[in-house]
Amino acid sequence: MNGSVTRRGALLGGLCLCCLPRAGFSAESLSMDEVAPGVFVRRGPDAEATPENVDGIANIGFIVGRDGVLVTESGGSLTDGQWLRAEIAKRTDKPIRYVLLTHVHPDHVFGAAAFRGDNPIFVGHAALRGALDARGEFYRKRLAEILGEARAGEVVYPTLEVKDGAEIDLGGRTLRLTAHGSAHTTCDLSMLDTGSGLLFPADLLFVGRIPSLDGSLLGWFKEIERLQGMGAARAVPGHGPTSVAFAPAIADLTRYLSALRDETRKAVASGVPIETAVQTVALAEKDKWALFDTYNGRNVTQAYQELEWE
Amino acid sequence: MKRLMLALSLTLSAAALAPGHVRAGATDTDEERAARWSEIKTSIFGDRAVTASESAVKIDAPARALDAALVPIGLTLADKDNVKGLSFIIDDNPSPYAAHFTFGPAADPGEIKLRVRVNNYTNVHAVVETKDGKLLEAAKFVKASGGCSAPMGMSDEEAMKGMGEMRLKFGGEVQPGKPAEATLMVRHPNFSGMQMNQVTRDYTPARYIEKLDVTYGDALVFHLDGDISIASNPVIHFGFKPEGKGPIKVVASDNQGGRWEQSFPVPSASN
Repeated sequence: MNGSVTRRGALLGGLCLCCLPRAGFSAESLSMDEVAPGVFVRRGPDAEATPENVDGIANIGFIVGRDGVLVTESGGSLTDGQWLRAEIAKRTDKPIRYVLLTHVHPDHVFGAAAFRGDNPIFVGHAALRGALDARGEFYRKRLAEILGEARAGEVVYPTLEVKDGAEIDLGGRTLRLTAHGSAHTTCDLSMLDTGSGLLFPADLLFVGRIPSLDGSLLGWFKEIERLQGMGAARAVPGHGPTSVAFAPAIADLTRYLSALRDETRKAVASGVPIETAVQTVALAEKDKWALFDTYNGRNVTQAYQELEWE
Repeated sequence: MKRLMLALSLTLSAAALAPGHVRAGATDTDEERAARWSEIKTSIFGDRAVTASESAVKIDAPARALDAALVPIGLTLADKDNVKGLSFIIDDNPSPYAAHFTFGPAADPGEIKLRVRVNNYTNVHAVVETKDGKLLEAAKFVKASGGCSAPMGMSDEEAMKGMGEMRLKFGGEVQPGKPAEATLMVRHPNFSGMQMNQVTRDYTPARYIEKLDVTYGDALVFHLDGDISIASNPVIHFGFKPEGKGPIKVVASDNQGGRWEQSFPVPSASN
């Protein structure tokens, strides 16, 4: 499907592929935005993993400091990670010191293998190892079914595990890491670039693409408060534009999660069964998010399971 | 039932050794599906005739599951006063026989709901056994994949937290002459035996609710034989006759010797 769109786009001639949000993955169709001095981010398309996009669907990028480079997100597959590594090499010859593994989801960790040869420190939440133990191989197989073994990559474990918080100094550039409680997943790691005040909440912030719930709905609200307490004016969301004003973006996310929570609670309290709830909860949000039909029912299923035991 | 359990354990160990060999897929032909159902039917019901009757039992299931590890199933039984038992089978699951209900005198078996795992594109079947010994079947096709092998979003220890805790939610005040409804929730991971735990380099052993007895006063509402295809933290919606006395008692046991019991007062206008 995506392949044919790409071909058609190419046939039209001169049509800029990067203007097609769902166009296939190819080096020409992707670009890095310099969202702050020395901070580069590629926008992931609002799509599911396909052979054409090689699961390069998350916002990935890097930060260049005086002494080295930190990779903010590694990519969704080995191929995606290799593409990012080449983009880094185009811009700096400083060593890649750190690679963040922001949480267990495949679109955020399978690029890590592309950086093994650089011998960086792989940084993850203290709970990431256990989550990768449980799901890493399952995810790898599913990804290999879509992309083929050679392009999928492998499970890479963190070598620096963050329990509460940590600081990384890239040389004149201090990055503050926070390990969050169960929210989007059970192993979400955020980062604040203290110099620019730019926040990297990873998938604790979705913009435009519907959030996916895989940790704790109630926990997510708590972690939103923590993010708000960091005082960032701008953020690089895990999905969506490469950089956004933080306050309105987090307000949109909170609005969706609140609808999910309040309407699911109401369904549980009034005896509306789960199979009806998945079709009725948060429908006012439908036109506000990409991939709503793919994820909202799943989110309601997760929320219902959590809230029915309240 | 004995024979089936044997078949079940054989299937399970084969699946654990070579999960890639789990047969069937999205591309099977109707003939292959029919042949599989015929084989399953024989292993469960022997040579007894099973008659197709879409009117005897109606299956509500999503055509495409949102979450393969939690697929809500609704079973509506037309001639509820003439029902003795109800089987639910997921043809292409590694262990197809998901649940068998035996209804007692306190049952009002017009509707049963449960949540299951679906591992593949598959037909699901419901078979009603009538009091006069007839078997009536209905089928529905469900698209889902990976429901049995999908890892849970937490460690095994965390998944077992509060194991055996129960809730019983009533559909309202129970009044004589009006069919009563309740939803039973049981905390239990219902490990399928196909979920990989790489810490131990092994599959988390199957641990699932095997038997569940619900009684109202002295009378049986239903007995359930469960299996690994029932989703974690089982939730079962059922109907019962309102004329009973005393609490509703639930006794659950799993295949590893766990046993839990709880009684729930019935919210009744007359009590």
